[in-house]
Amino acid sequence: MFPQSFHFHIAPMITDLVKWLLHTCEPAFDAFNDVVLAMLLQIEAGLIIVPWWVWIGLVTILSWQITRHIGKTLTPALLLLTIGVFGLWAVAMETLSVIIVAVIISLTVGIPSGILMAVSERANTWFTPMLDAMQTMPSFVYLIPALMFFGLGKVPAVLATFIYAVPPVQRLTNLGIRQVSESVQEAALAFGATPVQLMREVRLPLALPSILAGVNQTTMMALAMVVICSMIGGGGLGEEVLKAVNQINVGKGFEAGWAIVVLAIVIDRISQGIAQRWDISSKEPSSNQA
Amino acid sequence: MTNGSEYAIKVDHLWKVFTADKKFNFNASDVERYIADGAVAAVRDVSLRIKQGEVFVIMGLSGSGKSTLIRCLTRLIEPSSGKVMINGKDVIHMDSQELTEFRRTEAAMVFQHYGLLPHRTVLENVSFGLKLRGVEVKIRAKKAREVIEKVGLDGWEQHYPAQLSGGMQQRVGIARALVQDTDLLLMDEPFSGLDPLIRREMQDELIRLQNELHKTIVFVTHDISEAVRLGDRMVVMKNGECVQEGRPQDIILNPVDEYVQKFVQDEQRIALMMENRDKKSKVRVLETHTGEKTDRAKVKLGRG
Repeated sequence: MFPQSFHFHIAPMITDLVKWLLHTCEPAFDAFNDVVLAMLLQIEAGLIIVPWWVWIGLVTILSWQITRHIGKTLTPALLLLTIGVFGLWAVAMETLSVIIVAVIISLTVGIPSGILMAVSERANTWFTPMLDAMQTMPSFVYLIPALMFFGLGKVPAVLATFIYAVPPVQRLTNLGIRQVSESVQEAALAFGATPVQLMREVRLPLALPSILAGVNQTTMMALAMVVICSMIGGGGLGEEVLKAVNQINVGKGFEAGWAIVVLAIVIDRISQGIAQRWDISSKEPSSNQA
Repeated sequence: MTNGSEYAIKVDHLWKVFTADKKFNFNASDVERYIADGAVAAVRDVSLRIKQGEVFVIMGLSGSGKSTLIRCLTRLIEPSSGKVMINGKDVIHMDSQELTEFRRTEAAMVFQHYGLLPHRTVLENVSFGLKLRGVEVKIRAKKAREVIEKVGLDGWEQHYPAQLSGGMQQRVGIARALVQDTDLLLMDEPFSGLDPLIRREMQDELIRLQNELHKTIVFVTHDISEAVRLGDRMVVMKNGECVQEGRPQDIILNPVDEYVQKFVQDEQRIALMMENRDKKSKVRVLETHTGEKTDRAKVKLGRG
């Protein structure tokens, strides 16, 4: 046994630190809380106000645009229909609104900081270990800081989801920009491109497929995390699963789980489809870089 | 244009040393020590004079420093030491704003790997330099169309680079440089990636354009026959140094050392053969020789 006299706890210090932070930065936390909550409510109301059949219609049209294949068009629609049939439509929309807000915040933070990482070696050396840590840590860990600062509810759920979901888009933005062909960049510089023009005209457009892959990954990560966030009162489909677990209600758990999978498939298909339409790799010279 | 100077480009004692040592500070007396420690001198004490309207060829094997040298002219690679004067302007001491302006208006470049934007059409690629300068959309489209026609790509404006053959992509590269309307054209092995027949065709095309435009062209190549066909004067580089400078025909007939001799021997053989057959001046001989090639290149080639 480890000797009792060697025990040393930092828990009280951390509690004090958080208390102090909460006290001194109260306006900032309040502002964040208010903004996120307002976004959540607006988006959720928007999602609910649109009738279910409009959603299914929209998804059908979108998948037809992307796939031009009857089977692949009807599958997402039918899958979505099952969510409604199981009586989980409103709950699914609740989950979707948390995902949307978390993804919006992830992209507004992740893409610019990914660009920063690509431009500055110093930013790169700072961010890389942070992102490594964020991706290695079990997702449950993110619930703690979110809980500390915002208590229970949807705002901490959004925060935890953001922390969990931001690394892929940030990494892939950085990677995509760094992988842009040197010869194309050199040509742009030779014609007098400024650093800003180089980024806007050459690096970002050529990195776009990679960035869009990052957006897709981030969205999928957000969906995974939203379910876990039910533990801190995130609500939505995750809560249904949590309830089913507590009641050992296998059937109910299956229905909620099914709805989550459906949501994941539909979001993934559509975001990948959109990414492919934007993809320029089909226009990329294939064999000239001898 | 000339600013009173007969030379478009004056390069004096230019050095480029690549080293991992961050404290490296160029000093002619120390440089040999750095090189012994593993630094690479890609350009060693090069001085050049290039006249207005001249096609000047820089020739050498890969690794001889010719691509580094041409990049030092517009500071795409920052020289370690030396002087570069282009159209009477000191390129080395320009700040970044002046340099950007200089690259936009006074020197256009063509690359071996084309460097075209894959997500932009031929028209957009050609007008890219004008876009960087902030030229209005309509004007740049009009200018780009004119040049596209000049290089024989009319009808391909809305295609993407990947849909074009190598030769056509390089025509886009040349059009993109011509539309800049600069006196100076820098060409870094523009035809090396093309197969021999297309290469001939492109060389003829360049000769035709040059007869019309009279630009100052700095042309990098590793191919002696290309140097002979295109160059008014040329320099042979070896390990970063200029080994021999002069008119191509003089270099072929009087190589200064074994290195240059090896380079020119094929051309030499043909030149001597022709000389025996026709006892006219050496220059005349070379003209016949290049003329014969032009005829061969006239074999009709389909696009693609």
